[in-house]
Amino acid sequence: MNYTTVLNMQTITISMIPEISYETFFELNTVFITNHAERHCVNYFGYKIENHIKLICCIADDDKHEIYVSSCVVEANASLRSFSSIHLCFEKFEREIHENFGINYTGHPWLKPVRYAFNRFDLSKTIANYPFYSIDSEELHEVGVGPIHAGVIEPGHFRFICNGEQILHLEIQLGYQHRGIEQLFLEKKNLLQRTALAESIAGDTVVGHTTAFSHVWESLCDFKTTKDIEFARTIALELERIAIHTGDLSAVCADVAYQLGSSVFGRLRTPIINFMQEWGGNRLSKGLIRPGRNQFPFNQTLADRLKVVLDTFEPDFNEMCTQLFKLPSASSRFERTGVVSYEDVLSIGTVGLSARMSGLSRDIRISHPYSLYPEIKHEPIIKHHGDVYSRVQIRKSEVQQSIQYLRQLIENIPEYNQSEQLLKTPQPDSFAISLVEGWRGEICHCAITDAKGDLIIYKIKDPSFHNWLALAMAVRNNEISDFPICNKSFNLSYCGHDL
Amino acid sequence: MLSFILIFIAAVFFTGIIVRTKSMASGRKGPGILQPIKDVIRLFRKGAVYSQTTSFIFQIAPTIYFSSVVMAMLVVPFGQYKGFISFSGDFIFFAYILALGKFFSILSAMDTGSSFEGMGASREALYSMLAEPAFFILMGSLALLTGHTSFQEIFSALHIGSYITYALAILATFVLLMIAMIENSRMPIDDPKTHLELTMIHEVMILDNSGFDLGLILTAGYLKFAIYGALIVNLFIGVFPYGYTIPLFFIIQFSVAITIGLIESFMARFRMGHNAQFIFALTSVSLLIFFGALLILGKFI
Repeated sequence: MNYTTVLNMQTITISMIPEISYETFFELNTVFITNHAERHCVNYFGYKIENHIKLICCIADDDKHEIYVSSCVVEANASLRSFSSIHLCFEKFEREIHENFGINYTGHPWLKPVRYAFNRFDLSKTIANYPFYSIDSEELHEVGVGPIHAGVIEPGHFRFICNGEQILHLEIQLGYQHRGIEQLFLEKKNLLQRTALAESIAGDTVVGHTTAFSHVWESLCDFKTTKDIEFARTIALELERIAIHTGDLSAVCADVAYQLGSSVFGRLRTPIINFMQEWGGNRLSKGLIRPGRNQFPFNQTLADRLKVVLDTFEPDFNEMCTQLFKLPSASSRFERTGVVSYEDVLSIGTVGLSARMSGLSRDIRISHPYSLYPEIKHEPIIKHHGDVYSRVQIRKSEVQQSIQYLRQLIENIPEYNQSEQLLKTPQPDSFAISLVEGWRGEICHCAITDAKGDLIIYKIKDPSFHNWLALAMAVRNNEISDFPICNKSFNLSYCGHDL
Repeated sequence: MLSFILIFIAAVFFTGIIVRTKSMASGRKGPGILQPIKDVIRLFRKGAVYSQTTSFIFQIAPTIYFSSVVMAMLVVPFGQYKGFISFSGDFIFFAYILALGKFFSILSAMDTGSSFEGMGASREALYSMLAEPAFFILMGSLALLTGHTSFQEIFSALHIGSYITYALAILATFVLLMIAMIENSRMPIDDPKTHLELTMIHEVMILDNSGFDLGLILTAGYLKFAIYGALIVNLFIGVFPYGYTIPLFFIIQFSVAITIGLIESFMARFRMGHNAQFIFALTSVSLLIFFGALLILGKFI
């Protein structure tokens, strides 16, 4: 066997991952994906062992609910054939490996910097001399937007090449938010510090990332979670999905200048995040999820409160959605704007909402179920047009679906497990992987420990890492004034990408 | 003289009423009616900051823009009472003095060298160009109908009495209202509230203006609104005495402001590519007025 098969949240010893030559590694992983829409690369990263680089590639199979892990050791200054020459979905992973270790890839479209890590290989590549794609023409003009965002959210630079009002090409330069989170995970030895770091990966996906971290950690420590812990996580994940999707609907309405939608959806988001405050003491759900513990048990009183919150939320939400979708001026902005085809999302390898908008079913809740999702029997919501309208529709339907799940879940609240087990120390020489479906899509955390059980690498992948390219493709041939609504309908994370 | 003062008073409240309507429509309390004026007063107390890449055009443009609007205000009559200036063909003067101001604001936007402002300038130029035929066909038809060529004579000779003239008045109101929306960059053409430079038209052109200059530009915008409101009022007041017309003036201005506020609350703005189509459609509405005028004069059929 050239690879090993693991399940979501499983820990294996590192020696169980076969080390193969780069040619076999290349062949294996590219063939895995060829003609298999249900398989995609969830993580591909490298780390230093003495003077060599060990590459680990994880390919998830959504139908068989398995993850295929393979590895390969290469020299630091090696020149390798690029996976991206066969499948574009490896493009960013290879750029990252190139940036960190200086491995040269042949056949890669363009090895541009990703996030300017402090300990990157080539320090002469800075954020100021990023190599932009440019077209030399009298007819065309360039428009640079950012790095300061017009709404002062997060920094990122967008450079458009336009023919009048029409966008020919968009290049997205990120990396302004790089904080060295993966490195900090290794430096901070305290579990609480690490959990706080996980909460700070992306401020809008606190529950998603903390759950992924908790799953990795519990799996490394061989901790069997109790049902009440997983119950709280499932509830929190669905509440986060409702809150963010509703906020995004508000933002999309604001971008098409539909004031009613913007203010009603904006108001509706508040009771949901206020409920998080009631439950865990923080509106952004910080402090709610902890590895190996049920920090804030979900009890009957909270369930009754949640029922009241949802009962008042649902009719207003449905009414506003009906209003929005029957408004001709709004539909004219949403329909056929920012289209990404099925072929494109497949080759880019998008995940989550950005895949489901174009008919590609990628949802970890069903393909690699965790927490209570096996019991819920989740069915992903799939749209086929890949335009802003599809993305807005998915948000609407997912909110309604999450409400149904919450109602179903709180019917049957598991008993709070008083006897708290202590977390053991992580197993030595191990590899653990965890996949979680955040509201934006698949979150993947991987950890590897050394002989003493200390972390030697902690690898985080936010769904935005895959999906930013889809935004660049979506705006092609659209009007430049439609860019904000395309951007908002994706709502990708800057800090989740930059780490 | 009378129209000048009335327009000035209406301008003080106009934008405040729009903002307040929008706030109330979305369930918020909203700022006071006078908030836009307070903002302008605050700006007038400040100095302006000029970018080093701009030339003197950028510095004189706001003043020219403001004075062009004040000049345009001078020719607007109040029913049978003349404005400060009145001569035959003054509606052409009116349109082109406004165009002069706009020309300078476009120049000053290009002067900054910012790609955003260049984009805004090109949009503004296109849309004002497309709106121009609508205004001239409208005023030309009214001139044809009444046989006069100055604002004051046209409006005092205009009698609304037959079915066709009712239809014409409604169409003319619609055209003037829409031209006011285009000229002032309101919805559904432009969104004055957005923070997204890529979608702006007018707002993006004044991104680099600050302090006193910005105050001038904003004041000119408020005045422009009231000027178009006054033109709409003029369609209806004819030769009635003061006692009726002055309250009527404020009632119509008020309802125009509320209408704009409601339009902005309950619909999404157009896609930029559809704007040109929409503005050009106004010209065909003006053509209807033209045919209506021919019909009344018996020169048609």
